[in-house]
Amino acid sequence: MSDGGGTGEPLSDRQKREIAVWFLSNAPAGEIHYVAKDVRALLGDDAVYEAAAAEAFPEYNKTHLVPLELPDRSGDIIITTYGELDKNNYLDPRTAQVATVDHIKQTCTKLRPAEDEELPSAYIEEFRSALDVELSKYVAEAYPKGVCAVYCTSGKDTEGPGADFSFAVVISASKRSPQNFCNGSWRSIWTMEFNYELQFVEIKGKIQVDAHYFEEGNVQLDTNIDRKDSTIMQSPDDCAVSITNIIRHHESEYFSSLEESYFNLSDATFKDLRRKLPVTRTLFPWHNTLALSLTRDLAKELALGK
Amino acid sequence: MEAAMDLMRRMPPGSAETALNALLSLLPDHSLDLLSQVDLPLQVCMDKESLKEYILCEYNRDADSYRSPWSNKYEPPLEDGTVPSQEMRNLEIEANEVFSVYRDQYYEGGISSVYIWEDEDNGFIACFLIKKDGQGKRGYMQIGSWDAIHVIQVGPEEEGAAHYCLNSTVMLSLTTDNKRSGTFNLSGSIRRQMSMTLAVADGHLVNMGKMIEEMEGKLRNSLDQVYFGKTREMVCTLRPPPEVLNMRLPDS
Repeated sequence: MSDGGGTGEPLSDRQKREIAVWFLSNAPAGEIHYVAKDVRALLGDDAVYEAAAAEAFPEYNKTHLVPLELPDRSGDIIITTYGELDKNNYLDPRTAQVATVDHIKQTCTKLRPAEDEELPSAYIEEFRSALDVELSKYVAEAYPKGVCAVYCTSGKDTEGPGADFSFAVVISASKRSPQNFCNGSWRSIWTMEFNYELQFVEIKGKIQVDAHYFEEGNVQLDTNIDRKDSTIMQSPDDCAVSITNIIRHHESEYFSSLEESYFNLSDATFKDLRRKLPVTRTLFPWHNTLALSLTRDLAKELALGK
Repeated sequence: MEAAMDLMRRMPPGSAETALNALLSLLPDHSLDLLSQVDLPLQVCMDKESLKEYILCEYNRDADSYRSPWSNKYEPPLEDGTVPSQEMRNLEIEANEVFSVYRDQYYEGGISSVYIWEDEDNGFIACFLIKKDGQGKRGYMQIGSWDAIHVIQVGPEEEGAAHYCLNSTVMLSLTTDNKRSGTFNLSGSIRRQMSMTLAVADGHLVNMGKMIEEMEGKLRNSLDQVYFGKTREMVCTLRPPPEVLNMRLPDS
């Protein structure tokens, strides 16, 4: 056996950092700190590790929609590109505050009230907060550990009817159970374009569900789906109700389709790969095949002897 | 090594090869340990003589060539590639034949290979491999694969009995992709060990075969019940099923 991968050429710091970033970004939901500990030990070079962590953590926190508790305990802020003001400052639209976050420690270090120009106009805020209220009710009943937020992604300075604007809804629910070797997350992002001229709201969603079980093994579920829908533009309160209903409908439908996939999986799919019992419905006759191949050997020898 | 193995059980199973390559380049001094402890999805090669496919692994590799269990020849050809002793080769031929029948009965297809070679102090080591790929005929699975690696260390015969130590890994990946349910991928690997001291009267092959059959049954069951059950449970913890669904479950 040769030594396989080791080409003898030592890695440059840049290559090491790239490898470290790859490992960190591929950490399953809720496990980046465990991966970070391993990566740090493997690198044996704190400077390279720090550089990799500084690069990987902010991206990881944003893709995983990591919720952080606000320092005043008024709730959680979700780390997402929609609320990102700069690398370390994130807007919490519900409390109209800006939190400074430490990406690597995954904590909020500071909190300040948002400036007026960071917030939407009163007109837009009416739509946004109505949707936030309805959505929070739904999330509280559907996800025991769920958090959500509604962001205005364009047209936030619109003062009154007549212009288009768009929102992004973020829902993040996760469960950490490292003592049971199990972690998982449900993430959904819904974007909606409010078209004034057509009096129409176009809705697009992406749902992602991950689960990881790793007691004496490594089994991961990785699923996602894209959905599309629409509704008519109404008053802020009516819009909030119909948009929330649409999200509820798609998410529960998706949940049922996941359940269905699991049923098919253990029933039909698994059987296609390996049956529980042989086609004969009895355990494999090891003694007999041996006898079979022995007689064949014997026949061969007899034939040779002729 | 501990940190490396912990990473391997956290990285997405589908990226195991990238992860292993990354570890190999970070830890060139541990490459032998890594290659023997990390299992990757199996690769297949065609035996040009018998036109039968065989599985590639560390156990039939010499330099960059792999020995076919059917013709006993290396591909790409190797002048002085190591081959098992005649006694071991005879057992290997028989094992390959019998194991193909076993594989066909359980897997209804797929590829299998068995490699056997001498171990220290008069024992031997046998490696049984099965690879099953492809679309299911029952129509739900779009891409699926099952790779099984069974390595049995057989001790020397003493008073008519021998000690068998089996290490097994199954790697599984199931993907469905359609408009209604989106992309659904469930994949993973599990590893188990089993040791037994058995009478050799019926021959090593019968003993090894029975152990592998029992082990594969257990692994399949764990994957189905425990592992996939656990990830499904996790989904239901994140979003508990509505009452309606609970009521409907028993008769579906």
